[in-house]
Amino acid sequence: MCPDGRGTRRVLTGWGRTAPTGADVVVPLGADEVATHLEGAATARGTVARGLGRSYGDAAQNAGGTVLDMTSLRGIQHADLDRGRIEVDAGVSLGDIMRWTVPRGWFPTVTPGTRFVTVGGAIAADIHGKNHHIDGTFTASVDTMTLHTPQGDFDLTPDDELFWATAGGMGLTGVVTRATVELTPVDTAYMRVDTERAGDLDDLMARMSDRDDDYRYSVAWIDCLATGKQLGRGVLTRGDHATIGDLPTTLEADPLSYEPTQPLAAPPWAPDGLLNRLTVRAFNELWFRKAPQRRTSGIQSIPTFFHPLDAVKGWNRMYGSSGFLQYQFVVPLGHESALQGIIERLADAQVASFLAVLKRFGPSNQAPLSFPIEGWTLALDLPVHRQSHILTGLLASFDRVVAEAGGRVYLAKDARLDPELLPVMYPDLDRWRQIRDRVDPDHTLTSDLDRRLDLTGRNT
Amino acid sequence: MRDALGRIRTVLVLGGDSDIGVATARRLITDRGADTVILAGRDQERLRVRQDELKRVGAQTVDTVHFDALDPPQQHRSTIDEIWADRGDIDVTLLAFGTLGDQLRDEQDAQRAVEVINTNFTGAVSVSIPVAQRLRTQGHGVLVVLSTIAAVQARRTNFIYGASKAGLDAFARGLGDALHGTGAHVQVVRPGFVHTQMTEGMDEAPFSVTSDDVAQAILDGLDRDVIHVPAPVGAIAAVLRNLPRPLVRRLPR
Repeated sequence: MCPDGRGTRRVLTGWGRTAPTGADVVVPLGADEVATHLEGAATARGTVARGLGRSYGDAAQNAGGTVLDMTSLRGIQHADLDRGRIEVDAGVSLGDIMRWTVPRGWFPTVTPGTRFVTVGGAIAADIHGKNHHIDGTFTASVDTMTLHTPQGDFDLTPDDELFWATAGGMGLTGVVTRATVELTPVDTAYMRVDTERAGDLDDLMARMSDRDDDYRYSVAWIDCLATGKQLGRGVLTRGDHATIGDLPTTLEADPLSYEPTQPLAAPPWAPDGLLNRLTVRAFNELWFRKAPQRRTSGIQSIPTFFHPLDAVKGWNRMYGSSGFLQYQFVVPLGHESALQGIIERLADAQVASFLAVLKRFGPSNQAPLSFPIEGWTLALDLPVHRQSHILTGLLASFDRVVAEAGGRVYLAKDARLDPELLPVMYPDLDRWRQIRDRVDPDHTLTSDLDRRLDLTGRNT
Repeated sequence: MRDALGRIRTVLVLGGDSDIGVATARRLITDRGADTVILAGRDQERLRVRQDELKRVGAQTVDTVHFDALDPPQQHRSTIDEIWADRGDIDVTLLAFGTLGDQLRDEQDAQRAVEVINTNFTGAVSVSIPVAQRLRTQGHGVLVVLSTIAAVQARRTNFIYGASKAGLDAFARGLGDALHGTGAHVQVVRPGFVHTQMTEGMDEAPFSVTSDDVAQAILDGLDRDVIHVPAPVGAIAAVLRNLPRPLVRRLPR
């Protein structure tokens, strides 16, 4: 921490590089400094923790206030590999964990599409992976966590309601400094993956509904520019951890070798509009054609299957100076027509989403602000242009469809939701606020996301 | 707080009866979702007319506040403090007040010339400093400073006004540099000839624009340091600036 404890003013954005704001960044040297900071931090503009900045929107920014850079707390404290448990500081990334556990035959039970997320951030957003339908969210694989709040420190377990308020609580219940994470045993560092094409949305969803449960991991990519009979065509990839018997002989010698690399880096600047309708259409066509028409099995590495974009350092810069946003929503089972309607309107508007990912979620957990509910989730990466009013109107209309279907958007990715829809999409918001207010009655914990959506209810 | 698609909430117009200021506030309401506007100006009756106008286009709250550019700095500071205390963070602050003066009369009357300078330059500096401090503290927000193309190249017909705006223009650019890296931002706007109450009755110059054209350009260029409206006048001013003086004197108007 800087001598005066006030940190260094830095301009921060989320991964989408939109809406920059300035905050005083403090680098705590340990959990003690986090505690000291929170107890004395009742400044007008508050505090929030930040990990590796992979939230797409403004969850880990705090205009004019303090941001705690938690990546300084990155020790692996204790591992019990008989029980498959690892106790780590909150600034440890899932990549750090994997580098240590995979060669020893263990894999984090839940990993999102990037290994560059911290454990603290994974809890705060209650992230999910391709195995949500089997294993639930990240916090479902957390045994214990240490939470620092303005009202003192808590060692929490899943029996505590504050544990679940912190899961998906977007860092607004306190600062997690340590957690014990459950690991899954693996025989190899490889995945056995089935890949298949689906000609349209109905076909794709039918395939997912029928056979997702046969696989631990499942996700589909959708071509959002395809229209008419091909509307919602996509490529479905599903898999499981490979056994040694699955591996080709060349890999058998060192089955647990895990050496992720970043062979590519995005240039520091990319021309605005590089990812436009034409380039995305070309990419989509290629990607669809590359996938086999009939189901085929193959062996993929962990980075290829789980974290393909991590191979390109700073890939978010490819969207140019005005950045991009990710729109991810979920609608409950039985509301497939809402999903269909959104994909249709997206195709009609010819709004190019470079990546559109469809996944069927399993049941929700008890965390009041956790995003996943049983149903269908679609994530869209959308470039932001100067004239963004088309996107503004389109997404606002999607919000209404999602809310009416009893669904919600993902706060870890949000950068533009209408605040009035927040309590509709998250009906347990009041319960969360009550639990939260007990540990932060003076609203010391805040963020730009909180200011924009009034999550903590300071203004209500 | 601005969102990823440029939606904002709160706008402060210093010079709340300015045509460009109000046109920009109107655009921020209709195109960017602004719901709260504070109109700060001298003539409360005229501000109330503007207040109605902005409410009609969809603003939920429009405050009117007394503000006079010729008030002393302490007065400016307490006005700014009150506005921030009442309304919290301000996303866009428009420094839109100014007077054209009467060149031929003012160059014969030092008192009047000084009043133009005191309004356009001294008053603007005096109120910009507390605004900038607030923006630095809140870590976000834009201060839009209405300069003019005459700040780049003042002419025989407007050099007192041009000089006052040249001072303001230089000050605002420097202030933007000072705020760089804090999350706050300064946008300097240099319009050519704009049809407003200020220019009423004057001969129209080439490339003339309306207040709404300026408003649109401000919204489109909110992240930029300096904008010219319309864009070509920037190039023209750059040429004029480098012409030898005798030639400039011979140009029409």
